[in-house]
Amino acid sequence: MELTYEPRIVGFLCNWCSYAGADLAGTSRTNYPANIRIIRVPCSGRVDPLFIVKAFQLGADGVLVAGCHPGDCHYSDGNYHTRRRVGLLRPFLDYLGLDKARLRLEWVSASEGKRFSEVVSSFTDTLIKMGPRSS
Amino acid sequence: MARVGVFICHCGTNISGAVDVARVVEAAQKMPMVVIASDNKYTCSEPGQASIRQAIVSNKLNRVVIAACSPRMHEPTFRKAVSAAGLNPYLLEIANIREQCSWVHSHDREKATAKAIELVKMAVAKVIRHEPLYPREVPVTKRALVIGGGITGIQAALDIANAGHEVVLLEQEPSIGGRMAQLDKTFPTLDCSACILTPKMVDVANHPKIRLLTYAEIKEVRGFVGNFKVEITQKARKVDYSKCTGCGTCWQKCPEKTPSEFDLGLGKRPSIYIPFAQAVPTKPVIDTDSCRYIKYRQWLAAGEQGKKPPECRICEKICPTGSIAWDQEPQTITEEFGAIVVATGFQVYDHRHYEEYGGGAYPDVISGMQLERLMNASGPTGGEIVRPSDGTHPKTVAFVCCVGSRDQAKGRTYCSKVCCMYTAKHAIMLKEHDPDVQCYIFYIDVRTGGKDYEEFYLRTLDDAGAIYIKGRPSKIYRDGKKMIVLGEDALMGRPIELAADLVVLATGMEPRTGADKLAQKLNISYNTYHFLVEAHPKLRPVETQTDGIFVAGACVGPRDIPESVAQGSAAAAKVAGLFSSDTLVTDPITSVVNRERCTGCLLCVAICPYKAIDCETTRDTRVVAVVNESLCKGCGLCVGACRPKAIDLRGFTSQQILEEVNSLWS
Amino acid sequence: MIETARYAYYPGCCSKASAKEYTATTRLVCKALGIELEESPDWICCGASSAHSIDRILGIALPAHELLYAGRMKLDLVASCALCFSRLKIAAAELKDDDVRKRVGEVLGQEIPGNPDYRVMHILQVLEKHLDRIHLEKPLKGLSVACYYGCLLGRPKEVAFDDAENPQVMDRVVAALGGEPVEWGFKAECCGGSHVFTRPDIVSKLSHRLLYQAKQAGADCLAVVCPVCHSNLDAMQKSIGKEYKEEVDLPAFYITQLVGLAAGLPPRKLMFEKLFVDPMRLLRAKGLA
Repeated sequence: MELTYEPRIVGFLCNWCSYAGADLAGTSRTNYPANIRIIRVPCSGRVDPLFIVKAFQLGADGVLVAGCHPGDCHYSDGNYHTRRRVGLLRPFLDYLGLDKARLRLEWVSASEGKRFSEVVSSFTDTLIKMGPRSS
Repeated sequence: MARVGVFICHCGTNISGAVDVARVVEAAQKMPMVVIASDNKYTCSEPGQASIRQAIVSNKLNRVVIAACSPRMHEPTFRKAVSAAGLNPYLLEIANIREQCSWVHSHDREKATAKAIELVKMAVAKVIRHEPLYPREVPVTKRALVIGGGITGIQAALDIANAGHEVVLLEQEPSIGGRMAQLDKTFPTLDCSACILTPKMVDVANHPKIRLLTYAEIKEVRGFVGNFKVEITQKARKVDYSKCTGCGTCWQKCPEKTPSEFDLGLGKRPSIYIPFAQAVPTKPVIDTDSCRYIKYRQWLAAGEQGKKPPECRICEKICPTGSIAWDQEPQTITEEFGAIVVATGFQVYDHRHYEEYGGGAYPDVISGMQLERLMNASGPTGGEIVRPSDGTHPKTVAFVCCVGSRDQAKGRTYCSKVCCMYTAKHAIMLKEHDPDVQCYIFYIDVRTGGKDYEEFYLRTLDDAGAIYIKGRPSKIYRDGKKMIVLGEDALMGRPIELAADLVVLATGMEPRTGADKLAQKLNISYNTYHFLVEAHPKLRPVETQTDGIFVAGACVGPRDIPESVAQGSAAAAKVAGLFSSDTLVTDPITSVVNRERCTGCLLCVAICPYKAIDCETTRDTRVVAVVNESLCKGCGLCVGACRPKAIDLRGFTSQQILEEVNSLWS
Repeated sequence: MIETARYAYYPGCCSKASAKEYTATTRLVCKALGIELEESPDWICCGASSAHSIDRILGIALPAHELLYAGRMKLDLVASCALCFSRLKIAAAELKDDDVRKRVGEVLGQEIPGNPDYRVMHILQVLEKHLDRIHLEKPLKGLSVACYYGCLLGRPKEVAFDDAENPQVMDRVVAALGGEPVEWGFKAECCGGSHVFTRPDIVSKLSHRLLYQAKQAGADCLAVVCPVCHSNLDAMQKSIGKEYKEEVDLPAFYITQLVGLAAGLPPRKLMFEKLFVDPMRLLRAKGLA
């Protein structure tokens, strides 16, 4: 059973850095686990905490929010708001009976294709080690 | 009722090599609202696009999903195709099954196919919720504001005006000309700076399309590209320019003398003054800080306390046209513009921060710009290079490079770019003025990136016989009449003590004081040093994050004259491009407020990086947020911040994103 | 009634020899200001310039012994010698590193408490902090003082508490005593330090420059905060003068002696007789003795 467990990850990626980074991972043919489903948003600051909670409610094993590196936001400071919102949401996961590690916030630039694939690989790994959700 | 068509691309074998396209087609056919699903070898090719157009018409499709490469690649292409079939181009959604599927999961066909199916499912879920969107057109005011009357602003103003558009050139000082007007000669040609600059200043003054606003500052900026509304403060000159002829009698007779800003304190100027002889306009202003009569009036107003200042009024008595206007107050002028060019330039780093060099404390330790004034024939010494302390001619002159540049200890890490070259120029000029002068130049590196710059630097060594010493001095102190420079000759690895008659600190560039405040008013970015930030350092060097506002010259970073001029012209070309059409088309992907739901908390106003949200009062007197769609860039920050969920982002509505998530578990 | 301030005090080796008057007047002045100094009963050498140039861990372990004492006492640690201060404060900074703490613990044979916050102060900081307690019996009116900080108080910047090139603390203290600190550019230049034993020529060159510049700036005397600087500028002054064929005659006080003088403590207790350059003529001329 352990061996066939395939966690499902929802990824919210900002259009300008992380989505472009994910595209670059493709252009460079960098393989990573097929567990992530990517939703494109203009800015990581567009991600309403509600989206994250909804994904968990439906059964997501992990949620990845990825945006431009601090200081590089296409919209000048959207990712700072993301950082704060995710920071505020994280303690709330405890309350939902979820391990905080199931929500990951990463900065991936448009030139970091390799890093994007590493992020997805390591997140998938972590989730496999954690095993299926108990709640 | 939505009628969705799904078109899946093989991309040769790029997609079909890893994804079983036939299975994706089969799965798509069963998805809700899907009327037709088909595949294509190359969807982006003309036959591929034609088949989509045909399918739209024959199946009466009103939504389209294309599963192919990244939307960052071909979204515009496919929008056009959809539009050609009579559909609103925004009723399209792209499922990225190449970059984010086939190319990264080539090792597992089964999983890649399953993922591709889900990506299509998400796109279908989203596209059903798409609404037709329409770009808006806004009119363009074909009138430009150029802020800063230095060489960059002058060039920008002339180029915009020569393209046939009206320009207002705004300058905070009493004359245009900027820092270039203070220079004696320019490297590497040793052209006389004033000789090449002043004709351009006159051109500006005489150009029928240019209006000059000197001694004025920006008070407030509102609006957006094509439609800026700018409030300008015209400072009080205390001189009526409609009467003044610039005859010069007043500034010759004014008895009060105060240190001249233009000569960096080396010379004096009267209280009613033009900054320099070739000033444009050649009409004076009264400096209210030093004018005797102004002080007298202040003394009267303060209830005659303290010593009574003289009630001078000489300028008023001798002015042949009666132009002196003591009661003139600052005025606010409101003007409309379609574009703004910021060219506020730089100021010389204040060498008083270098206490270890005695900057500002020893009269014979001067800045490079002060030396320019000493060399200049119209400078305070009439071009005699003498020591400020005793008026003698220096024979041994030490230069210290990188003062206020490349120095972490002073919080200035950047290279100011021009100091190596102007120091070389100074060494050559000093030798020309007096063959007995020996120059010693303390440097870290000599940087000569520019046309004919290296050759010019070599002249410093070969013709002027300057001695370059590698190493930043640690201290400068006075010993009798000599200035002792303590340092290390880093190439020889030994300490060095040099007794000089005059020390010139090659001070670097920093943005004008207040550049940060101006940037805030314009809503453009600046860095830690307050240099303005361009939209892209390589590819959009004169644009900013705010449409319609351009930057040029040394306000963006250290620049020499040719670069500044080129940037002034570049910004002018951008403005001319903007003004080439009567209207602007704006992206319809913007935020929109549901006025019924809005509670008027206005968190969105504070969070918006583009100042695109304002508030207004409804008929039932509620305060609600309202989005200026011309300013909104569609980042969606406000949507996440809105507590009552009254704001949404077109093209990325909350419902659409939630449907995408939902589709993964339905 | 002034509340008593308490500090752990590290006198340093010089307090037993060349800088007896510095330590004595430090204690005297602190007592007069209601500052209590708790001296560790078993203090050892801070390692000075020798230890850390031979072995990094030794250079941290020696001052760490003293930091542990202050830590146990839960007091800020004060040093009067600039070099001791520098070593103590550098050690405190180095001990933030887990690995360093472990290795120093092995040397000292005891565990160094984790997450340490050892606060080290120089006597100048203490004096400035409690300046308002000084009752000026004898303001140093008309006395032009060249404040000499030496090279260690401002460098490296991790341990500095003032500007490296143009420090101001002592100038503020002297001004508060009613004296006139002179503007000069050599406040933080090296005096030659311990090279006096191996290369006296270097010391005489560097110290001569300091004395000469202080005089040029119009100083009547120097105020000093380091025993090594003091011996170079005071004890060596005569021989420097001989070498450069000029009489310098610039009394070099420890800052605590000046504070004591202004606070009206009897000159006898301020141990002016320990100074090589006799300051009495100057003090009498200024009406201060």
